[in-house]
Amino acid sequence: MSAVLTGPVQLRRAGEASRPAPASILPLRLQGLGFAIAGKQLLDDVDLVLEAGRRTVVLGPNGAGKSLLLRLCHGLLRPTQGRVLWSDNDADGPARRHSLLFQRPVMLRRSARANVLHGLALAGLGWHDRRERALAVLARFGLADLAERPARNLSGGEQQVLALARAAALEPEVLFLDEPTAALDPAATARIELLLQLMARDGVKLVMVTHDLGQARRFADEVVFLHRGRLIEHRPAGAFFSAPRSPEARAFVAGELIW
Amino acid sequence: MAETSAFTLALQLIGAADPVLVEIVLLSLRVTLTALALAALIGLPLGAALALARFPGRGVAIVLANALMGLPPVVAGLVIYLVLSRSGPLGSLGLLFTPTAMVVAQSVLILPIVVSLTRQVIQDLWGEYAEQLRSLGSSPLRAVPTLLWDGRFSLITALLAGFGRASAEVGAVLIVGGNIAGHTRTMTTAIALETSRGALELALALGLILLGLTVTLNALAYLLARLDRWGASVP
Repeated sequence: MSAVLTGPVQLRRAGEASRPAPASILPLRLQGLGFAIAGKQLLDDVDLVLEAGRRTVVLGPNGAGKSLLLRLCHGLLRPTQGRVLWSDNDADGPARRHSLLFQRPVMLRRSARANVLHGLALAGLGWHDRRERALAVLARFGLADLAERPARNLSGGEQQVLALARAAALEPEVLFLDEPTAALDPAATARIELLLQLMARDGVKLVMVTHDLGQARRFADEVVFLHRGRLIEHRPAGAFFSAPRSPEARAFVAGELIW
Repeated sequence: MAETSAFTLALQLIGAADPVLVEIVLLSLRVTLTALALAALIGLPLGAALALARFPGRGVAIVLANALMGLPPVVAGLVIYLVLSRSGPLGSLGLLFTPTAMVVAQSVLILPIVVSLTRQVIQDLWGEYAEQLRSLGSSPLRAVPTLLWDGRFSLITALLAGFGRASAEVGAVLIVGGNIAGHTRTMTTAIALETSRGALELALALGLILLGLTVTLNALAYLLARLDRWGASVP
């Protein structure tokens, strides 16, 4: 596994530690969160607190509202009921401190490096800082050799690593992941999972939606289980997988088809 | 066999770089390229803004831009003639029957094409990019340059369509330029005049050059798009 990395993945460089750390945006509190469109209640009355440190996996069958939950937390959609409360009001400011990795990330029609640079430019970094940080991030994610390649010509796995690098370059405190490996082969999946574990070790809070129970078992410290737009369980992973409380979760963990 | 001999004479005119011919070609190029640059400068950001902005009357603006793509050149010429004529609102500028007036006329003709095609291209791109760009912190306004750059190859086609319309039209430049020899005589107005006078060799020579220019420009744009795709697969 170490072959996929060119060096230790450190997302916060030593020099930056001396910078005064901004107040944490965690915990994230969802209060009575709901989303309805055209009279259909897609997410209903979700109360949830997400704390720093633990890797959260959001599970549930199709249409449970998992991706919707991420988009509401990330601010891509406005809730129709309830609230998304970050602990630091600045979390949604111009340089917001949470990122989202899509299942199929959109690569701009330019080089891999330029894709990272664009994200940094949008975050408001100056010309010099952008270049320095993009170089460092590409090297850390093993993409240095691909930096000048057109991003759209990279393989699916490479594109997802690049998307992760683009998100990580923004140094988010929370990273939302919407089935980041659903479209990837096992080797690319392993590479992404390793990079994610290293980010988690460096203190990034990960909140991942997945369909893959195996991945959930490998990954989760805690599980948020949704079913038909409602929060059914929110428990430590060990307890959830060994003894799910709700009949829906029991059936889901047993691999039965539920919807 | 008059056509054959006219054709031979036309090739001779081109081969000898006849000064009258060269002057007409250069003026045409200057006018059309200036008009195209002007239309691109205004039309690209305007089209992109129209694709991303949501405001009351947006639908009307889109329909208007689309409809103006079919604006008859003689009507455009007439309107600009009225505006620029001595008694018109901009008559004091003395622009009527100058190359500048022709640039204005052609810009007016091209602008709707550039705006409409740009809006379509950018709107489609935004559909694909919106979530990702917003996630990275981009506002729709900030996305305009990003999308213009990412749509560059489709947009070149839009500009070529504009170039085609401007270089091919006769009516507008004839009305506001006046087809004055050595001053406002373009390829198309010269072709119309020489043909009606029976001087087929100059008309044919200009026609050949006009065709050649259009084909060359389109070939360049095609190669550019191909090169980009090839460049993409080079390690």
